[in-house]
Parts: sequence; structure tokens; C-alpha cells
Amino acid sequence: MFGKLSWSAIPFDQPIPLITSLVLIVVILGVLALVTLKGWWPYLWREWITTVDHKRIGIMYCLLGAVMLIRGFADAIMMRSQQAVAINASGYLKPEHYDQIFSAHGTIMIFFAAMPLVIGFMNFVTPLQLGVRDVAFPTLNSVSFWLTATGALLVNVSLFVGEFARTGWLPYPPLSEAAYSPGVGVDYYLWAVQISGIGTLMTGINFVTTVLKMRCPGMSYMRMPMFCWTVFGSSLLIVAVFPILTATLAMLTLDRYFGWHYFTNTAGGNPMMFMNLIWAWGHPEVYILVLPAFGIFSEVFSTFSGKPLFGYRSMVAATLFICVVSMMTWLHHFFTMGSGAAVNTAFGISTSIIAVGTGVKIYNWIFTMYGGRVRFGVPMLWSMGFIFTFVIGGMTGVLLAVPPADFLVHNSMFLVAHFHNVIVGGVVFALFAGLHYWFPKAFGFRLHEGWGKAAFWFAFFGFWITFTPLYILGLEGMTRRLQHINVEQWRFMLDLSLIGVGVLIVGAICQVVMLVVSILKRDELRDTTGDPWDGRSLEWATPSPPPFFNYAVMPNVEGEEAYWDIKLRAIETQQLSPEPAYEPIEMPVNSPVGFYTAFFATVTGFSLIWHIWWLAAVGLVSAFAGFVVFAWRDVHEFHVPVEEVARADHARRAARAAVLESLANQDATS
Amino acid sequence: MRRPANRRPSYFARDRYCYAFLGAAILSLSGCAGVLDPAGPVGAGDSTIMLDALLVMLAIVAPTILLAFWMAWRYRASNTRAEYRPYWSYSGRIEAVVWSIPILTIMFLGGLIWIGSYRLDPFRPLPSKTPTVEVQVVALDWKWLFIYPQERIATVNQLVIPAGSPVHFSITSASVFNVFFIPRLGSMIYAMPGMVSQVYLQADRPGLLFGQSSHFSGDGFSDMQFQVKSVPSAEFTAWAQAVRSAGPVLDQTAYAGLERQSQHVAPMTYRGIDPQLFHAIATQRIAPGPGPEPENRSHAGREVVAGGRD
Amino acid sequence: MSDSALPASVETLRRLREDPHRVGHRGHGQDGPVQGAGHGATGPARKRIIVGYGFWIFLLSDIVMFSCFFAAFAVQGNATAGGPGIRDLVEMPRVALETGALLLSSYTCGLSFAATNARNKLWTQVFLLITGLLGLAFVLMEAQEFIGLAARGITPERSGFLTSFFGLVGLHGLHVTLAGLWLLTMMAQVQLKGFRREIIHRLICFNLFWHALDIVWIGIFTIVYLMGSVS
Repeated sequence: MFGKLSWSAIPFDQPIPLITSLVLIVVILGVLALVTLKGWWPYLWREWITTVDHKRIGIMYCLLGAVMLIRGFADAIMMRSQQAVAINASGYLKPEHYDQIFSAHGTIMIFFAAMPLVIGFMNFVTPLQLGVRDVAFPTLNSVSFWLTATGALLVNVSLFVGEFARTGWLPYPPLSEAAYSPGVGVDYYLWAVQISGIGTLMTGINFVTTVLKMRCPGMSYMRMPMFCWTVFGSSLLIVAVFPILTATLAMLTLDRYFGWHYFTNTAGGNPMMFMNLIWAWGHPEVYILVLPAFGIFSEVFSTFSGKPLFGYRSMVAATLFICVVSMMTWLHHFFTMGSGAAVNTAFGISTSIIAVGTGVKIYNWIFTMYGGRVRFGVPMLWSMGFIFTFVIGGMTGVLLAVPPADFLVHNSMFLVAHFHNVIVGGVVFALFAGLHYWFPKAFGFRLHEGWGKAAFWFAFFGFWITFTPLYILGLEGMTRRLQHINVEQWRFMLDLSLIGVGVLIVGAICQVVMLVVSILKRDELRDTTGDPWDGRSLEWATPSPPPFFNYAVMPNVEGEEAYWDIKLRAIETQQLSPEPAYEPIEMPVNSPVGFYTAFFATVTGFSLIWHIWWLAAVGLVSAFAGFVVFAWRDVHEFHVPVEEVARADHARRAARAAVLESLANQDATS
Repeated sequence: MRRPANRRPSYFARDRYCYAFLGAAILSLSGCAGVLDPAGPVGAGDSTIMLDALLVMLAIVAPTILLAFWMAWRYRASNTRAEYRPYWSYSGRIEAVVWSIPILTIMFLGGLIWIGSYRLDPFRPLPSKTPTVEVQVVALDWKWLFIYPQERIATVNQLVIPAGSPVHFSITSASVFNVFFIPRLGSMIYAMPGMVSQVYLQADRPGLLFGQSSHFSGDGFSDMQFQVKSVPSAEFTAWAQAVRSAGPVLDQTAYAGLERQSQHVAPMTYRGIDPQLFHAIATQRIAPGPGPEPENRSHAGREVVAGGRD
Repeated sequence: MSDSALPASVETLRRLREDPHRVGHRGHGQDGPVQGAGHGATGPARKRIIVGYGFWIFLLSDIVMFSCFFAAFAVQGNATAGGPGIRDLVEMPRVALETGALLLSSYTCGLSFAATNARNKLWTQVFLLITGLLGLAFVLMEAQEFIGLAARGITPERSGFLTSFFGLVGLHGLHVTLAGLWLLTMMAQVQLKGFRREIIHRLICFNLFWHALDIVWIGIFTIVYLMGSVS
């Protein structure tokens, strides 16, 4: 009846996951009770759960990513503390628990923290920057989000029911095959990642179509903000490589569930094929994450220098160059498998060639500051921290691309330090910069600068105190994923690294305090103008927060920096452009199909993990029925009446006019 | 430091000491020997290439970082003496420079990659006057089996090699992926089921070294480490003699017991071997090692295996 | 208004007044903004184009997924582990029939869309039905083939080669089956709701999908069956 599921699946004998999950369950029940008591369900259902508004979906993605970032960070704290105490000792985590923690840390950070946060920014910003009212497929967008949430949910369920994978964040066979991992851990991994991966694939399709087919009049390719270009590059990569992930995980699933032989040890299975397939996805995945991060930095550097981005065309070329080359480098993840000198040479060189693209970008950001008026707001601090951190991370990355050097530090703590160097320094720093930069646009008030700066400095120094020792440990020969350490000499560096984690924790607390303080002081920090940073692209032409239809009248772009030109004209002529003729706006209606799909995806995924076949069948049939019912609906769009459009735009124009007036007064007095 | 007489005339020998200061600078932070303190020609070659590459890149990375900070400081908003050029966003000359700097660096590095990959290909034999010692390595869950086909002996978690002679390792795995790695000897390589990878290593001087698996392979992974003893060649012969005189024989039955999962295995030796054993493991004529055996079948969901250092 | 807002834009303007020629600005060989459409970007495309375009992108991703299974088949082609090889599997007459059914169904699918363009409900339905029946025939023949093989002990659990064979061919069969379900849904929608805008969009997508499955089958037919039978 319940497949492999029984009471022994609950970890009664392991206090850490047990207590954590009990606390989590209490918190979740508490939140649900609060929502019910306050009667917030109708509001949540109407405005958030069923929404197809790209801004709301973007915000939900970011919330999901932030929660999972904390979960992944908790795993990281446990790993660093375990290694610091388990030197010639057993530590406080047994291997079967520790192995789950590092696997969960990697899986969560990549799939359920970094990806949702990056996609959240893509969602929120791209349509605004392109001057349109939504993405190409708004309902599909909601489905994507809810499928990602399903995956995150399944990973967290594994904390309480059963176990998570003990194979690392990429389940290399034969270790991940049923023979060596008979538990449900790898199954949790497979279904969680598979389901969220399908969501991500649909996001990629959505954004390729959005960028190519949904731009406001005059927004030609060479006028798109850099962030849109990087979103486009990232989405192209998603479309090109996520199907590989889907296929690879499907093959491993077939092996584990039906005893097939794609990657098994025996009967002609080929584990090497898994390495090649998974890294054919896995390496571009890094660029899927980092390209939008580059886009965020491009926006920040240009805005905070008060100048256009230097070498815009070079930047576009470098982005697309990285897209293409990133798919030709996967073999550097296993130089040490003995592919031979010729193969290693080819992939070593192709890998280091990517550094040309990133190098050009770095120089272009530097020259964007040249001749500028650089303001060191919080986003700019993150950007400068990024340049320092990422350049060094890139350097150690190219070092790892040199096969003989890789022969010494492959899979070592040096490697761990390297990829945290690029992913934290590149992606996470960008996300924090973007958070500070676009938060006022999303919520109508700015974040507290002081706490933001504190968060930056703690995160920056915490990062370097944590990871510099890991570089050194790697050079001393320490490999990664050790549950306990038999070499006494490594103690000092491991302790130092743990101190760094402490500093990072302070940084994380500063971020939370920053949010709380900003919310409390939101009236002081209110952004009445819609343009808090003296921005240059179209999203700053809307009020903060923007109306759900984004633009009362679709902007007409006449230059490379759409909003900058409009703004200059307004300041020069001391008046806004003439009031346009408003028309009713057609907007897509809300749809519960995303939530519905996610519900049945969760049921199906969970029952497949535990081999509850009948429930899986029920889930699949219900999901199909849901699609049919959804396809049957008659109303797809509704019209926003002219009066509402006009009212919203009048408010915006009044705010802009006030700015113009205050500028004129400043001019007169100065 | 005395140079051993029979040390391979290394291509990189000349440069080796030039980098001593760089390696020392990094290592002095902890005072421990690692991959930058090689004990043999392969490790020396690897680490020289690594430091070469590092120097090439530092030459460009360090000025870039300085330039970034100088630029940000020079053009800070409060510095009104700096010129403000609000529309300056293109310069063909700068673009050319900006593209050529990384391209040139990568061309330089590409040469290094090319030469290094061929010279330090793990499958490439080391030239030497002394004969090459053969060692067959099998990664097991979770210990290392070393078979000496010439001496017809075998050891577990203990590797003894003659100093100054090249050693040819043929490596396979009986279950999952592992990496065979002796940090101070250089070049790690994967141990993979159904495949045989090879690496030639050499220790220049007698001494004690540390070896490990560098690829996670399951719950017992943390103790999948072994001691490497590099001894003078006369001592090596004597050691092989001594091993041959006592202990069990590694035949298929003994191997079947060894193949089962076990953790934190103490070093041991076998006085005799089945000469076909390695070949049979590598071609999987002997079935791959069994995975975990759950104590209780109803626990299939959450496999609970006692393990670790308790 | 915040203290940090607009300093650069105001200063830019001051510079602009001083420097009417905007020296150094937009040195990309472009004299000024192009009037009107602006590099051919004339605002968002029509819904029909967006839907079709998005579906094309999806098809590309689906073909990438198939290519992984093709790759696995290529890699494991000889991994028979002492079991049957490709020559023991191929039954050319059946494969020829399967191929015929599928290719014909593509043709009738095209005819159904011609009828859709003429807004002729009856012929749309008739051709969709024929398409579906041909697809069903294909799936049934394939199922029969698989059952026959299983009866001879030829199953995916036997060897890596058989795994990759059943995986690739089976994935295509699964696609055709799901497409059949979609087809039934579309027929019901056409019948009950007529040729609404969004239903025509879905018919476009369905057509694209069906033809794409045919293209994949051509690949399977060539690489698995034809090349297998002569190997």
C-alpha cells in the first residue's frame, strides 16, 4: 500500500534532522495558522499563488531562493564545523549524515538557491527593461515557478522522511546506482531535480521567446540593456543544456528503478557516459548562473558611474562568446580520468579561452568607471568586491584548466575554494547587489544603506577568511568531502576557515537586520520618484512599485539608453513629454494551473520516491485532467479600463513633474 | 639539499628553485608540505607548470585589480577635479587592447597547457636507468589493494616503493570511482571499474608519504588512505622477501572477503597472489564489489550503516 | 527625493549644453537614432507568432534530449554483454510498416491543418482522426515488437546495448503516445469550441510536434534499424 514507506523512514535515531524538522514543521504550521486566523488566504490565493504577473512571480522566486539559501548556509556551517572538530576524532556527524549534508548543500545551493534567485531577477527585471507588460507565456511562467518550488519541497521533505542522497551534488554512478545506494536518497535527488529542471527549461523557453519576440517599439537588439542580453544568453544555454540534464537523470532513474544498464558497473553499462552527459549540462550551468550576474553588474557599474556601459558591443560579443565556448569545455571536470594528452590539451585550451570573454568584461566594467562620477552605494560595493573576488576565482579556475596543475588539485579543497570563489564572488555578490538595486522598484522603498554596507564588509572578509585556508589546504593535498581528518597539520587552517564562517554568519545577520530596519523605516526610505539611483534603463521610467501592467503606454525607444534619453529631454525642456492617448490594456487572467501542477507533481514525485505506484498513477492522471480543464477555460485575458490606466499614469506623471520642479529650484538656487 | 644521483634529468629541473620562494610563501602560511613540495620528478613537473601558470596570470591579474580600484577611487563622485565624460563609452584602441590582453595571456597559457599535457601525460613512462617497478592498484570499498606482480605479493593500505626507480601503477576499481593520489609524488588518476588507468610516478628519496583517495566513494571514504614508504632499493627487495615469508595468500576466496565493504582498514600484507587476479577484476570476470547490506530490509528507505570513527 | 538621485543626469545635461557635438558619444558608426521602427524592432510580435516561436524553441530542446539518447545508443552500441546485438532485433517488414504509418500520419496531419486554415471543422476532424489512428497503429505495432522481444528474453535489463535501444525507441513511442492524448484533447476542443484563436494556436503547436516526432523517427529508423540491419 505505501511502498517502501514505513515508520522507520522517520529519523528517530538521529537527533539533528529530527529536531530540525520538528521545529520546521511547527514553524510552518504556525505560519499556516496565522494566515488562516488573519483570513489572508483569499488575498494570498488571488494576488500571489495564482498570479501570472512576472513581477510577483519574480518576487516569489527570490523568496524561495532566499529561504533555501539559508538552508544551504546551515548545511555549510555544519560541514565546516564538523571538519574543524573531526581532526583525529569522529566529530558530531556520522558519515551517513555528513554525506547527506554536503550533497544537500551543493544540490540546494545550485538548484534551489542560486537558480531561483537568478530566475527571480530575470523575471522581475527583463519585461520592465524591454518595455513590455509581461513575459511571452505568463501562465507557463507560473507553472515554472511552482515546479521549482516542488523540487525544493521534496528536498526538504527528505530531511524528515527518509534520507537525502549521499553521493555528492552530482550523483556519479556507480555509487548512485541501486547496488551502492539502495536507500531513497538518490531518488529524492532525482525527482526533486528532475521536476525543478523541467520548470527551469520552460523558463528558458519563455525568456528566449520574450527577448526575441516581445520588445517595445524601437527596442532593437543593440539597444537592449546589457542585463537583457545576458538573460538571453543564459536562457539560450538553458534551452540547449537542460534537456541533457533531463535525459541524464531519466537514464539514471531507469537504471535505479528498472535495473537497466545505462551507467551500471555490469552488463555493458557505461559510467563514463554519465560524467560526459552530466558535465555537458553542468559546465554551461555555471554560465547560466553567472551570465545574468554579469548583467546585474553591468547595470550597476553604468548607473553608479553616471555613464553608459563602456564597449557595449564588446560586451554583447563577449556574452555570446561565453555562451558558445561554455559548451565545449566539459571534459576539464575529469582531466584526471586519463583521456590522453591530446584531449586534455584541447579541453584545457578551450576552457582557458572562456577567460578571454570574462576578461574583456572585467576591463569594460573598469573603463565604464573611467571618466565617471562613481557613487559608492551598496550595489557598487558589491560590484567592486566582485571584481576583486571574481578575478582571483577566475585565475584559480584557469589554473585548474591547466591539466598538469589539475593533476595536483583536482577534487581538492583548492577546487572547493575555487568554485566558491566564482559562484559566491560572481553570482551571490551579484544577487545582493541586485537586491539592493531593484528592491525599491519592487517594493517602493530603498534598503537601509548602513546595514547594507555592514553586510557587505562582513560577507567580503568572511568569504576570504573562510576560503583562503581552503586554497592552502588544497595545496597541502587535502581532498574534499572528508567526514573526519587524519592529518593533524590541517587543524589550523580548518579552524581559521571556521572563524571565517563566523564572520559570514554576522554578514547574514546584517542582511536580515537590513531588511527588518528597512521595513520599519519604510516611510523615510520611500522612493517617490520611481528612479532612486538616477537610472538609465526603462524600468526606472515606471513608478515604484510599478502597476501590474507596467506601462500605461508602451514606451517608444529612440536611443541606446532608453530612459536616460527621455529623462534628459524632460530636464532640458523642463517638462514631461505630452500626455499620450490612453487605451484599455489587455492582460492575462490569473490561473491556478501552476499551483495545481505543482501539487500533483509533489504527490507524484513523493510516491515515485517511495514506490507507491497507485498514488503516482493518481497524481499523473489528475495532472493530465487538470491540464484539460485548464485548456477548457474560455477567458484568457481581461481589459484594464482606460480610466484606471489614466489614473495610474497621472500619478506617475505628477511624481515626475515634482522631481523636475525640485531640480529647477536647485538650479535656480545654486 | 642533496640531489639524488639517479634523479630523472627533468625538463623543469632548471626552474625548480626559481619557484621555491613562491611555493614557500604559500606554504609558510601553514608550515606543512603538500603538492608544492614535490618528492619526485612528476610532482616537480606538475607543480612547476602550476606555478608557471600562476605567474603568467598574476602578471596580468594583479595590475587589473589595482587598475579597478584606482579607477573607482580616481573617479569617485566627490572628486570633482576628475573629468566627467558622461557619454564616453567607446574607444577602438582601448577595445583592441582589452581584447588582446586576455587573448595573448591565453595564447601563452595555451602553450603551457600543450607542452605540459604531453610531457606530464600520466600514461607516459619515465625514462630511467633502473628498471620500472610494476604495481597493480585496486580501489575497494573502502581500502586500497596493491598487487606487486613481479614480487608476487600484495598489500592493503600500505605502499612500499623503491626510491629512485620509476613505478608503473595500473589502476582499476572493484566497485565505484576513486582517485589514486599521493600528493607529494604528483599526478592523481581515477580508479574506475572495468577500466585500467595508468600512471608513472617516482620518489626521489627514501621517506614516508601520504596517499589517499581523492574522489568521494561512500561512507568509509574518509579512511580510504594509505601510507607510502619510499625505501632504498636494497631495502625494498628485503621487504618483499619478508612479506613473501608470512601471511595469507590472496586468491579468489580471500579476495571475495576483502571485496566486501569495510572501513578504517589496518595495513596488511599477502605472501602470495593469484597472478590473474588484477586482470580478472579489471575485466569484471570477478563480479564487482557488493554494495551495502542493510541490517534490516524494512530499512530500505533509509539505509543505516554503522560507520565512521566511533 | 533622495540625496543621491539624479546628480549624474543633471551634470550630463550641463556638459551637453557645453558640448553640442557630444564628442565621444555613440562612436559606433551610427549618426543618430533611426526614426520609426528602429532596426526593425517594431514592438511585440503577434500572439500567434509568439506561440509558434516558443513552441519551436521547445521542439529544439526536445530534440536535444533525444540526441542524448541517440548518443547513449552510439556509445553502447557494442555493449551487448554477450547478449543479442542489433541484428537480432531488426524486423524490417514491421519497421517498414511502422515508418509508413507514421509518415502517412504526418501527411494527414498536414491535411488537417489545411482544413483548419479553411475553417472546415468536418475535414479537420476527419484528418485528425486518421492521424490519430495511424499513430495508434504505430504505437501498437511498436508495443507488439517490444512484447515479442521480451518473450525472447530480450529486455533492457539484459545489457547496456539493449538498454540504450529500448530507451531511445521507447522514448519516441512515449512521445507519440502523449501526442495521441493531446490529439484527442484537441479534437474535443475543436468539436465543442470551434476555431477560436487560442485553439488554432494549439493546433499549430500540435502540428509542429507531430512533424517533429516524424523527423525523430526518421533518425531512429536510419540510425537504429537501417544501419543496424546492414551492420
